[in-house]
Amino acid sequence: MNFTASKQPENCLLGPESDSQRTLSPYVTGTSVVALKYKDGILMAADMGGSYGSTLRYKSVERMKPIGKHSLLGASGEISDFQEILKYLDELILYDNMWDDGNSLGPKEVHNYLTRVMYNRRNKFNPLWNSLVLGGVKKGEKYLGTVSMIGVNFEDNHVATGFGNHLARPILRQEWHENLSFEDGVKLLEKCMRVLLYRDRSAINKLQIAKITEEGMTISQPYSLKTYWEFSAFENPTQGAVGSW
Amino acid sequence: MFRNQYDTDVTTWSPAGRLFQVEYAMEAVKQGSAAIGLRSKTHVVLGCVNKANSELSSHQKKIFKVDDHIGVAIAGLTADGRVLSRYMRNECINYSFTYESPLPVGRLVVQLADKAQVCTQRSWKRPYGVGLLVAGLDESGAHLYYNCPSGNYFEYQAFAIGSRSQAAKTYLERRFESFRDASRDDLVKDALMAIRETLQGETLKSSVCTVAVVGVGEPFHILDQGTVQQMIDAFEIVAEQEGPAAEPDTDAGQEASAEPEPEQGAAAGEGVAPMDI
Repeated sequence: MNFTASKQPENCLLGPESDSQRTLSPYVTGTSVVALKYKDGILMAADMGGSYGSTLRYKSVERMKPIGKHSLLGASGEISDFQEILKYLDELILYDNMWDDGNSLGPKEVHNYLTRVMYNRRNKFNPLWNSLVLGGVKKGEKYLGTVSMIGVNFEDNHVATGFGNHLARPILRQEWHENLSFEDGVKLLEKCMRVLLYRDRSAINKLQIAKITEEGMTISQPYSLKTYWEFSAFENPTQGAVGSW
Repeated sequence: MFRNQYDTDVTTWSPAGRLFQVEYAMEAVKQGSAAIGLRSKTHVVLGCVNKANSELSSHQKKIFKVDDHIGVAIAGLTADGRVLSRYMRNECINYSFTYESPLPVGRLVVQLADKAQVCTQRSWKRPYGVGLLVAGLDESGAHLYYNCPSGNYFEYQAFAIGSRSQAAKTYLERRFESFRDASRDDLVKDALMAIRETLQGETLKSSVCTVAVVGVGEPFHILDQGTVQQMIDAFEIVAEQEGPAAEPDTDAGQEASAEPEPEQGAAAGEGVAPMDI
């Protein structure tokens, strides 16, 4: 017997209520993921923070994972939904491998599969609360795309989620070019991550950079960016702002 | 094969370990009109003999496009073939929708084979009475598969099924080593020659056969009658003349004529040198 009050109003069209509930808001969330195409493949960066509302609660969350032989998935948003997605993909890749026939799902296929999943969940009003970045290389072809929690998907030379769209993309639009070297790609990503670190309150100074090429995927050990707080504007921050503190 | 007490149900084994109903289904394939397939590294050609019941009726459709990169030729119970083609089209389109990528032929063929196997193990079903030559392209190149009513499938460099297919098989066995690196046009020519073998003396014309091609950069499509007739005329003339090299003039000359009968070729080839058209 259900003693708790129903969360749905009487005239609701959203289907029968059962013991599980639809996702109404996220709890443990990851912030931006930034990724770009470079000469040999894809570079992706994400910090290791899992926020619980405004608390920076978990500081060793890996938000980027390899998928199969050819793809790399980065996620922002609800961490538990990301783990759910990893389970779906695990099963997908497993069945793909079980065919054992020389064919394999590449980044484009995984990206489109995820789009279908995200869009279908959105249609049922029970979204997976994530923004995903999917990158990879297959047969020399580099692929980088993104899917949002409502199923919006597209491909581009550089993508980002969340705050990254506002802070990192403009930098990438200016400075990205074809055939970036690995070092230049990393420097560019670090530049973006540094801005995010300064300006995004949910960012933490512990990040990983992942690289995927034809040969495979590697993910760096967590490290921190050097930051500079001696800007003169920070020394007397309220100087120009009357009434501020 | 003779009637025996183990052949009533598909779910009854014979003491020799045979399922007679399945074997009878394979007989149905052998009775259907011929279909042949051959492949190179980059292209696959399917051909079949298409005889209408009477002059008044249309031909039975035996070659089906399943997707841009896959096509199938059938022999046997064409109704079963039509239904299986619909299944294959459905699988391809669903895969394309989910993955934005073409379904690898090898996987489609296994799904088809598993579907056929189900019918060999249910008392309320009967095996499909159709053999399918599946031609397709995937990551690993061009492929030709044969799907059997028994639920088995095999990959081939070239194959022929249906009535009088042995003649075509003999021809293909002689020539198959050259197929791997053959050009697309040579492959089509070989297909037409193989079809001719199954006709056993009857004249080969585009009204009795259908040819389809799929290849790298070339989506699966059935060649139109005019093109097929041109190709028939081209090599028939070469064959008649037994010249050391194919005359390029004859090929150019054929574009003007639209005659279905190769008699023109026979008359001109009476030991005379290049046609002066």
